[in-house]
Amino acid sequence: MPLLFSAVLFTVQGQTLLPRPEPSRLVNDFAGILSSGELQALENKLVAFDDSTSNQIAVVIVSDLQGYDRSDFAYRVARDWGVGQGDFNNGLLVLVKPKTASSNGQVFIATGYGLEGAIPDIACADIIDREIIPRFRENDYYGGIDAGTNVLMALAAGEYSYDNYAGGQSSGAIPGVIIFLVILFFIIIVSAGSSNNKHFRKSGPSNLPLWLLLSMMGGGRSHGGSWGGFSGGSGGGGFSRGGGGFGGFGGGSFGGGGAGGSW
Amino acid sequence: MKKGISGLVVLIIIVVVILLVVSWGVGIYNKIVPMNEKVATEWSNVETQYQRRADLIPNFVNTVKGAAAFEQETLTRVIEARAKATQVTVDPSNITPEQMQEFQAAQGEVSSALSRLMVVVERYPELKATQNFRDLQVELEGTENRIAVARNNFNEAARAYNTFIKQFPNNLIASFTKFDDRPYFEAREGTEVAPTVQF
Repeated sequence: MPLLFSAVLFTVQGQTLLPRPEPSRLVNDFAGILSSGELQALENKLVAFDDSTSNQIAVVIVSDLQGYDRSDFAYRVARDWGVGQGDFNNGLLVLVKPKTASSNGQVFIATGYGLEGAIPDIACADIIDREIIPRFRENDYYGGIDAGTNVLMALAAGEYSYDNYAGGQSSGAIPGVIIFLVILFFIIIVSAGSSNNKHFRKSGPSNLPLWLLLSMMGGGRSHGGSWGGFSGGSGGGGFSRGGGGFGGFGGGSFGGGGAGGSW
Repeated sequence: MKKGISGLVVLIIIVVVILLVVSWGVGIYNKIVPMNEKVATEWSNVETQYQRRADLIPNFVNTVKGAAAFEQETLTRVIEARAKATQVTVDPSNITPEQMQEFQAAQGEVSSALSRLMVVVERYPELKATQNFRDLQVELEGTENRIAVARNNFNEAARAYNTFIKQFPNNLIASFTKFDDRPYFEAREGTEVAPTVQF
């Protein structure tokens, strides 16, 4: 009897819930709620992220969960498609089911095995509550997905930790730091430029540690800010076109991590 | 003299046949072993996730207790079910149907006690609004999802193993080396369905 039962269970499992599109894309809008420009902007951003960090964030928008729980649906699609690299299991899947007159909207972020540490379930829940659902409530699907994936990218790349995200007010403070550093750099460059070669040569060696320190500081900080501050726009787009689009999913696996929400 | 030679030939043939049979058997045996290991690994993943849930429960119960102290009976039931479930031990390399049944029953009891608690909690909106409760709820929901995945993975590994050891002639080697069928997790009401955690 148990055998028979599981046999039935397995045939159901064998079917693919959502066939993987050919050629593969990271942003898949089966519900048709994003404009082609929005689709392209998200795709470019996520492809650039994949190219630079190998972390893959797939976005799947469906109009129907086919009777599955949102977590189950997200997990199955993520596993079927193999989001993330097989060696690192560093895939993420953002599932969105838009709100309709008769049903609640559902969103779920599924984390691959390898990202469960960097992006704990609570981080997913926070991102959904803070970044995604408030925008979805105002029918700004693009804005919600864009803001949500920005935070996911920063966490996945280790730009900041969940504690930083949970503690501070999302990304608002970071551009200020960048502006400050840019001004600081500018002042230093100008002051270095105003002093002529002779002077520079003389004092060069003694200034070196300061320069080193500043460049280290600048490098570290601006790195941290760049995702939160700049990536929202089309900044990433320019890179990815050169790279020639999305190279395909890498066979990452998922263990059921992540969190969801509804509105 | 002639008799001696033919006897030797027969002996050599017998030895060669025995060697062939043994190496063929060893080949099959060596395929069964990693499949059995895989089942054991998946089982330990299942246990890890259940353990994770068991670790969350005391904290969760305490949080609820703070706001809903007079739901003592529901809380006690969760604690008791948890205590019972953590005592069930299963030998991962030789999981018997009886062990599986005991394990499933104990964990199913925890699941149903938890889902009853979730229903009770619905009556305390001020509790649901606290950050601590919400975080624990997310953790618990994530754990239930991981349990479901781990159970599925275990069933898949067990199915591959069972199919292999039942095929002829693998079944001869399997029964000779005492490799038994592995039981499956059954999708049962109350165990398969995670407590509905909506927020």
